[in-house]
Amino acid sequence: MFEPKMICFYCKWCTYTGADLAGTSRMKYLPNGVVLKSMCSSRIDPQHILEAFKKGADGVLIGGCHYGDCHYVTGNQLTHNRVAMLQKILPDFGIDPHRLRIEWISAAEGAKLVKVINTFTEDLRAMGPRRSK
Amino acid sequence: MAKLKLGMYWAATCGGCDVSVLDTHERLLKIVEAADIYFWPIAMDFKYKDVEAMEDGFLDVCLFNGAIRNSENEHLAKLLRKKSKVMVAYGACAAFGGIPALANFTTREKILEKAYKTTVSTDNPQGVYPQPSTKMPEGEITIPEFYNHVYKLSDIVPVEYTIPGCPPPADLLMTAVEAIVTGKLPPAGSTIAGEKTLCDECPLEKSEKPVINDIKRPFQVIPDGKKCLLEQGLICMGPATRSGCGAACIKVNMPCRGCFGPAKDIKDQGAKMLSALASIVKFDDEQKADQIINSMVDATGTLYRFGGANAILSPRRTEGEKP
Repeated sequence: MFEPKMICFYCKWCTYTGADLAGTSRMKYLPNGVVLKSMCSSRIDPQHILEAFKKGADGVLIGGCHYGDCHYVTGNQLTHNRVAMLQKILPDFGIDPHRLRIEWISAAEGAKLVKVINTFTEDLRAMGPRRSK
Repeated sequence: MAKLKLGMYWAATCGGCDVSVLDTHERLLKIVEAADIYFWPIAMDFKYKDVEAMEDGFLDVCLFNGAIRNSENEHLAKLLRKKSKVMVAYGACAAFGGIPALANFTTREKILEKAYKTTVSTDNPQGVYPQPSTKMPEGEITIPEFYNHVYKLSDIVPVEYTIPGCPPPADLLMTAVEAIVTGKLPPAGSTIAGEKTLCDECPLEKSEKPVINDIKRPFQVIPDGKKCLLEQGLICMGPATRSGCGAACIKVNMPCRGCFGPAKDIKDQGAKMLSALASIVKFDDEQKADQIINSMVDATGTLYRFGGANAILSPRRTEGEKP
C-alpha cells in the first residue's frame, strides 16, 4: 500500500497541545505525519508549504486554533486566507489543492486530531503518489 | 586604461532590454567612451561565428537579456559564458524568467497548438508544425528546438550579477557600468538594485492595519494617488518586490507588477506576495474572505508574472493531476 508522507504544522497553543493530549491519552493513529511546532499557525509562510511540497511531501496539514480562540487574536484567520489563496494557485504547479489541508483543533480535541490525521492519510492514499515532484 | 570589451545578447525577450541601453540618452556616450561593443545582434551586424572565433574570456562583460526557451538560446548562453569574464543577467527575463516564463504554467504542446492551429488568424489546414529538422531536396534544414520549460539564465550557466527590471532603468545600468569601469564591483552573486522591498521607497501613504473588502483590477478603479494601492484593492507587488526602480509605476498610479523580482532574503516572490495579500483580505469572516479570494482573476499569473522560472515549485503543469 502507498504510504503518503505528510508534513504537519501545528500551532503551539492549540493543535500541538491537542496532539499532546492524544498522545498522553494513548490514542492510536496513523504514523504518516511529521510534526513541526510553530508559535502560531500564521508563522507558517506560504514558502514553507511550497518548500515542503518541493521536497516531496504528499500532503501538508496545518493545525491552528478555532476562530476567535487564537492566542494572537487573528493569526489563524490570516492563515486561513493564505491557505485559501494557496489552494487556488496549487493546481498551476501540478498539485491537487486537496493535498493542502487546514484544520482547527483545540487543545482539548485530541480525538479530533486523531480523526483528521487518519482521514487525511486515507485521502492521500486514495490520491496516490504525486506525479509532479 | 584599455577599453572594456562589451557583449550584449537577446534570448527569449521582447527587445526592450536592448532598447533600455538607449534610455541612458547622452550618458550612452560615456558607455561608448569606456567600452567597445563586440557583439550586439539587435543593433550591429555580428555573426555567431564572430563570437565563436573569440578567445575564451575575451569579453569583459556580457549583458545577457532574455530567458532560455529554445536550443539556440541555450547554445548562445553557454557560448557567451565561455567567452565572457563577467556574465550579467540583464532584465527580468534573464533574471527570473520574466513574461516568457508564464509559459511554464502550460505545456509545449498547448503553446504550439495555439500558435499554429487555433488562433483566429492561423490558416493551417494540414496542421503543419515547425520541426527541428526538415529534409529538403537540397539537404537538411534545421531550426532551434522549442523547450517545454522556460529557464532563467542562472539555471543554465553561472551568472555573476543580476540587473533586474522590465526593462532595467537607465540609472541602474549606469551604476553597473560605473562599477565595472572603476573596478568597484560588488561581490559576485549580487543584484545591482536596492535590498529592501519596494514599499520602503514608495511615496504613498500606508495605514497600520489595512483591510480590503474586494480585489480590483487596474481598469476598475482610478487610484487617488495618495493612499497605498493595496489598500485601494489593487494588487500591488510592492511588499515582495525588490526596490531600486524609484517606484516608477506607482508614481504614475499603476500598481507594481513585480519586475524587480524578490527582495533580498525572499526566495519565492509569488508566495511572499500571496502571504502579504492574504493578510489584508477581510479576515474576520471565513466565508467572506473565501469569496474575495475566489474573485481574484488569474492569481498565479499575477503573483508569478515575472517569476515563472524562479518559483520554489517548478511550475510545469504535469498532465494528469488536476483538481
